[in-house]
Amino acid sequence: MTTMTAREKAIQESFSLRMDEAELLNCMRCGFCLPSCPTYLETGLDESQSPRGRIALMKAVHDGLIAPDDDVEKSLNLCLGCRACEPVCPAGVKYGHLLEEARDIFNDHNEHSAPVKAVRKTVFEGLFPHQNRMEHAVTLLGIYQRSGLQNATRKLGFMKLFPESMQAMERALPAVPKKRDMKNRPRSFSALAEKTATVAFFSGCLMDTMFLETNNATIKLLQKAGCDIVIPDGQNCCGALHGHSGEKDGAKNLAKRNIDAFEKTNADYIITNAGGCGAFLIDYDHLLKDDPEYADRAKAFTAKMKDITQILFELDFHQRIELKMEPQTITYQDSCHLRNVMNTHIAPRALMNAIDGANYREMENADSCCGSAGIYNIVESDMSMQILDHKMEKAKATEAHTIVTANPGCLLQMKLGIEREGLSDKVRAVHIVDLLLEACGELTH
Amino acid sequence: MISDYIKTKFTAIVGAENVDVSPAGRLVYSYDATPNFQSMPDAVIAPRNTKEVSQIVNVCREEKIPIVPRGSGTNLAAGTVPSEGGIVLLFKHMNQILEIDEENLTVTVQPGVVTLNMINAVEKRGLFYPPDPSSMKISTIGGNINENSGGLRGLKYGVTRDYVMALEAVLPNGDIIRTGGKLAKDVAGYDLTRLLTGSEGTLAVITEATLKLIPMPETKQTMLALYQSMDAAAKSVSEIIAAKIIPATLEFLDRPTLKAVEDFAKIGLPTDVEAVLLIEQDGPAEIVARDMQKIADICTREQAVSVQIAATEAEALALTSARRAALSALARLKPTTILEDATVPRSEIANMVKAINEIAAKHNVTIATFGHAGDGNLHPTCPTDARDHDEMERVEAAFADIFAKAIELGGTITGEHGVGMMKAPYLEWKMGPEGIAIMKAIKQSFDPDNIMNPGKIFAKETRKRLVISQ
Ligand SMILES: Cc1cc2nc3c(=O)[nH]c(=O)nc-3n(C[C@H](O)[C@H](O)[C@H](O)COP(=O)(O)OP(=O)(O)OC[C@H]3O[C@@H](n4cnc5c(N)ncnc54)[C@H](O)[C@@H]3O)c2cc1C
Ligand code: SF4
Ligand code: SF4
Repeated sequence: MTTMTAREKAIQESFSLRMDEAELLNCMRCGFCLPSCPTYLETGLDESQSPRGRIALMKAVHDGLIAPDDDVEKSLNLCLGCRACEPVCPAGVKYGHLLEEARDIFNDHNEHSAPVKAVRKTVFEGLFPHQNRMEHAVTLLGIYQRSGLQNATRKLGFMKLFPESMQAMERALPAVPKKRDMKNRPRSFSALAEKTATVAFFSGCLMDTMFLETNNATIKLLQKAGCDIVIPDGQNCCGALHGHSGEKDGAKNLAKRNIDAFEKTNADYIITNAGGCGAFLIDYDHLLKDDPEYADRAKAFTAKMKDITQILFELDFHQRIELKMEPQTITYQDSCHLRNVMNTHIAPRALMNAIDGANYREMENADSCCGSAGIYNIVESDMSMQILDHKMEKAKATEAHTIVTANPGCLLQMKLGIEREGLSDKVRAVHIVDLLLEACGELTH
Repeated sequence: MISDYIKTKFTAIVGAENVDVSPAGRLVYSYDATPNFQSMPDAVIAPRNTKEVSQIVNVCREEKIPIVPRGSGTNLAAGTVPSEGGIVLLFKHMNQILEIDEENLTVTVQPGVVTLNMINAVEKRGLFYPPDPSSMKISTIGGNINENSGGLRGLKYGVTRDYVMALEAVLPNGDIIRTGGKLAKDVAGYDLTRLLTGSEGTLAVITEATLKLIPMPETKQTMLALYQSMDAAAKSVSEIIAAKIIPATLEFLDRPTLKAVEDFAKIGLPTDVEAVLLIEQDGPAEIVARDMQKIADICTREQAVSVQIAATEAEALALTSARRAALSALARLKPTTILEDATVPRSEIANMVKAINEIAAKHNVTIATFGHAGDGNLHPTCPTDARDHDEMERVEAAFADIFAKAIELGGTITGEHGVGMMKAPYLEWKMGPEGIAIMKAIKQSFDPDNIMNPGKIFAKETRKRLVISQ
């Protein structure tokens, strides 16, 4: 055993205590997950950047075989958390859960530098848990965009100070809605067709601010599909950003508040339109499994979760409503979490294929991560851009005019890719619900 | 640990980015797919070409450093566990398909190419490379050659050995040799190609291989036959072969395996039957149709409760993919999954299946069985827990009995997974002391310093053979 620093020793002890040994042992090291892992492939087959390697590292730290040193942390940081390794694992290893716990342990022992600490605190405690503050922050961004300041800062080259991905990201951000529009939406809507179901809509923190139009489109589609819709008060951020960044306690609190809010609605289903949030919501039963008060309630909650594309598909929306658009080639980039965790990949394709005029062309490796992965494209910018560039090669090969996604992170990343390729005047990226509403003859943006 | 001096030497050959001595970097090459074996190498080195391999081997010989060549680390015999430290040699840079020769029907590759990638490349040209281990999506040709791997198509088409025509290899003294050639016939001296095939990295480092291809079969059909008794399924296998039909694939799965596989694949496999046979035939359409009909008749006669032919290619692929996942799927049952590779003459398959069940009962362990029934190659697999020492002893005793029974029936301790460290203590049971002696002499003349994958194939101690009372 190597000598360890005090911090490493503390982390090691937490690994022994907290990591799920049975799950670590469940990996039989067959390697079936290797070909699906983007970081393994992008690093030129580096086992330490593979799921099997990462699990082996976690187990070695758990067993006290190696120290949780910088290389171990780097391996975990470079993981996209895309969970492409899970559906391909015949042994059923829950890699996502292992990763979350390991990151949480590292985070507990991390001394972030003062500025990083401040940013993390603002984001994880001050901003995302509070919908009104989110609205406010996004409003500021809107003022910045509308006031001409955006042009000014661009000219001043202020953004040059940030990693390249953030510079392009800044250009790719959608125009932000006005505060008034964010505030004044009703909390319930009635079906516009023969009633099929009552659904509660998880409107999401980012979706309900920066992507308000997409949320409005979601509501319209649900109405057309015959759903009565409630948007429960008191719901808040799903906690994914917290959970994936090693802020597990914060995530648990958000989860409980969401369960409280949705229980009251008695809806048949809980609907999301962001794969990233949906996958986290559908995992609440795992997150709260040790909480006596919430464990069963979390199970009831997750049993009702469905992505918007899945419910539309199940309610035969695409057969009952005429969908058509200007002739164009479209392609689809899977949301990793929608596909790998919520197991939803047939429904969005079926819906797109039903649109008259749209020539759907499947993109090669559509099921592999685009490199957005939450805040990954900011903190692991180099790898994220490498993955994105390879993704754009495949996207270009489809000759699509429209790249469709099902998650805000993926949407921004695809916009970023289009921007980086200099294709902004030829190719657009849209959320699938905006595309569907467009195909109903209603233009959103 | 290797000294800075030696590290500098390696760095001079392959560049700093291809030498890793960090604990994390070494840890991830300390294991393969074999349960309960793990040992850290001192360094991990990724050469870019044959010349660099030769230079590395020279340093290792001078300094007496063990060399463990490693493909994707999917072997099941602890063949790439650096039990005596030393360096792990990776082929991630040497993974190119160098040539597909459509006139001689050969493909020439570097050792690191992934088996399925190569198969896909040749199939695009209408050519066929039959050896298809279940791990082919991950395994490398270097690993396949060194384990002489089999696959689902072994019954009709043979194993890796039957397709290796020529090799380039670096010997432990640093010499680079070429064996064989694109030749249908070649009797110039000892057949070193065959000797190196299946040598588990203990004789030389393979740096290039030329493999035989055959034309793609025109059509293929896939069938699933269900049974309420394992015996009946095993008997069908013998009857099919006795009827002089050689299907491309003839695989066997028992109920526990089926259940685990269905839990993973969710394709609607039956889990209420005792056994299934997965059967494929390929070739010209009329012959395939005729053979499949005959096979269906035999299965029905032998008490199959249902015989279905896959309606579409996608359905057929789902069935074979599910079969390929069997071993890893069984790993979902318990923390530790120990599998064996006993092989008997085809005619003895029913006897062996019966013996495995009796042995499991005798030692009070759970054993699920699946495998390449048509090859007489079974994979009795034991879901267990390495932390339960009492059970582990019973598991080991059960497998010792299985080996002994296989040998008694004229079989062997391993059909396709290799000896490695896992089965080294049992090799003498199969070979006898004289057999071991001549193998050791071969090893000694290739590798007098014992630097090539030491600790594999030859055990320090042979396991005492118990007389089985049955
Ligand atoms: C789920 C699962 C299913 C499997 N199914 C099958 C199956 O159906 N049939 C079958 O036969 N096997 C099977 N295997 C076993 C294994 O996949 C094969 O043995 C495979 O050939 C190993 O390939 P690899 O690239 O992973 O080699 P590794 O495991 O890395 O190495 C295997 C051996 O080859 C040596 N080696 C590798 N490259 C070189 C080189 N260039 N020069 C010299 N020596 C080298 C190594 O030292 C080692 O001894 C399975 C394994 C798993 C996990
Ligand atoms: S995570 Fe699953 S697929 Fe990957 S090596 Fe482990 S058992 Fe195999
Ligand atoms: S989550 Fe994605 S990046 Fe991370 S190990 Fe799994 S496949 Fe690789």
